[in-house]
Amino acid sequence: MVILSDITKSYILPGGEVEVLKGISLEIKRGEFISIMGTSGSGKSTLLNLIGCLDRPTSGKYLLDSIAINTLSGNELAEIRNKKIGFVFQSFNLIPRLSAIKNVELPLLYAGILTGERRDKAYEFLKKVGLSERGEHMPSELSGGEQQRVAIARALINNPAIILADEPTGNLDSKTGQEIIDIFKAIHREGSTIIMVTHEKYIAEQAERIITIKDGVCFGGCY
Amino acid sequence: MDAIETIRVAKDSLFVNKLRSVLTMLGIIIGVGAVILLVSIGEGARKEIYKELGELGSNILVVVPGKTSKEGGMHMGTSVVRKITYDEAKFIEKRAKNILHAVPVIVGTSWIKYKGKSRDTYIVGVTEPYFEIRNLKMGIGRGISTSDVDSHLKVCVLGRTVRKEIMGDANPLGAVVSIGDAKYRVIGIMAQKGMALGFDIDDVVFIPTTSSMELFDTDRLFNITLKVRSTELVDRAKKEIKEILIKRHANKEDFTILSQDEMIAVMGKILNIMTAVLAGIATISLIVGGIGIMNIMLVSVRERTREIGIRKAVGAKNRDILIQFLAESIILSVAGGIGGVVLGVALSTGLKQLFDFLPTHITWWSVAIAFAFSALIGIFFGVYPARKASLYDPIVALRYE
Repeated sequence: MVILSDITKSYILPGGEVEVLKGISLEIKRGEFISIMGTSGSGKSTLLNLIGCLDRPTSGKYLLDSIAINTLSGNELAEIRNKKIGFVFQSFNLIPRLSAIKNVELPLLYAGILTGERRDKAYEFLKKVGLSERGEHMPSELSGGEQQRVAIARALINNPAIILADEPTGNLDSKTGQEIIDIFKAIHREGSTIIMVTHEKYIAEQAERIITIKDGVCFGGCY
Repeated sequence: MDAIETIRVAKDSLFVNKLRSVLTMLGIIIGVGAVILLVSIGEGARKEIYKELGELGSNILVVVPGKTSKEGGMHMGTSVVRKITYDEAKFIEKRAKNILHAVPVIVGTSWIKYKGKSRDTYIVGVTEPYFEIRNLKMGIGRGISTSDVDSHLKVCVLGRTVRKEIMGDANPLGAVVSIGDAKYRVIGIMAQKGMALGFDIDDVVFIPTTSSMELFDTDRLFNITLKVRSTELVDRAKKEIKEILIKRHANKEDFTILSQDEMIAVMGKILNIMTAVLAGIATISLIVGGIGIMNIMLVSVRERTREIGIRKAVGAKNRDILIQFLAESIILSVAGGIGGVVLGVALSTGLKQLFDFLPTHITWWSVAIAFAFSALIGIFFGVYPARKASLYDPIVALRYE
């Protein structure tokens, strides 16, 4: 479902061009649970952004569900993100002014779903992550673990092809972090494809496959 | 994203920063309020002047020296042209068949003194029919009579303000006042006319035209005010006077005969300019208000960079972000516009109640234009910040601290 062939990504910085990814090729099948490991600056987050259609590769080819992502416009990428991708971030990235349920509704808003249906569905997914009682709370009134569960509900709500998680446990204590990983495992068992960036080995090892990135090159798990 | 949701999202974010939103709106409120108020003052002045001119009756003509084209604005009285004289006025009265009265009018300013008190005021030289033609009523005593004029009598009729200022409550009739170097006997006091457009029309002294010629040492008239026998004869009278005067002015038409309609047209033109200037000043404040909106929207976009990133990550298109921020600036300006309409209408109405001399008149078109303009300002000054927001790179925006 995800096919990357010889992907490179360069950024032009004041000091010159920096090649962050130097030819990555890999394939991810539907229903896989994958960890991407690497040190800070290895290019693992850039890779995740590319897979998540937040960015386009400098060269190489990216097929997502047989769609050639390279050629899409910014708005088409937005539509792909809306329909096919669910993001979970290290810093949760909930909109602080919106209640938990409003945050969960957000992808549906941009999918053109009407208010009543949005609300019902958002409630259903909050319930799924065990927060059915906390829907009207503002993010600031929730614990870190709860905020991350709201973010997971938001990522799941549009029934995406892939869940992308960028250090989802990075801001949580190990017990809460494990609870989040357990939720990922549960949704993986229901058939979701999950790609998770982490630098903690014991978290990474709970996935089915570990891809290791170092200096923009794949060191293992890329097949 | 549907329209209702767009408005709700915009409204929610404006409510988060209540004080800031209200202060931003204040710029528009004041701008729209000012447009409505100032235009209502201009329009009120127009109505008042039309009313005053209308009260004169439509069978009045005024001859002024100098040729003024109707498009060129008003005669300023400074050009070197052949004067119109007292004798010409008498001649017209005698010769013109369609004219009932011809009043030679001289206007000047002079000090008027009474028992140590004095006042610099308008001195108007007139003849007997003037009071009837201009619809001026006597309070006490009598007006200037034909025999006063014929015998160059030093008599005067005081306006209310002049009387109050120099005489107080003393019995004015028969009192002797000094105007210029001469002594004048007070024969009458005008009925109160009040303030009109900030001018005190009671601050005036009437004397016989013949006496004013001696006072100002001139036979140059300010104008000849004519009463035509009937309204139907106005055009004929105009032609008749023109022929008489051209003959006396060596075949040159160096004077202007204005009918009441033409006076209204000239005044209307002046008032149009005045209203336009007032509206223009108010529009500047509206534009300043718009810049305030732009400023605050730019701050808001920056503050919510991360939110923009999040929204884009979950599928918001550039257009969705653009519309969201544009909706906020439009709501700000439209709400401000509504507030401004309320303020402007309230102030106009209040001024009218409080001050007789500010007869404001609210026009629907000024309300409509001011309101529509405020909405346009919301769009115009909202587009740049909204566009800026919509073009944020989601990755950069998500990383923004």
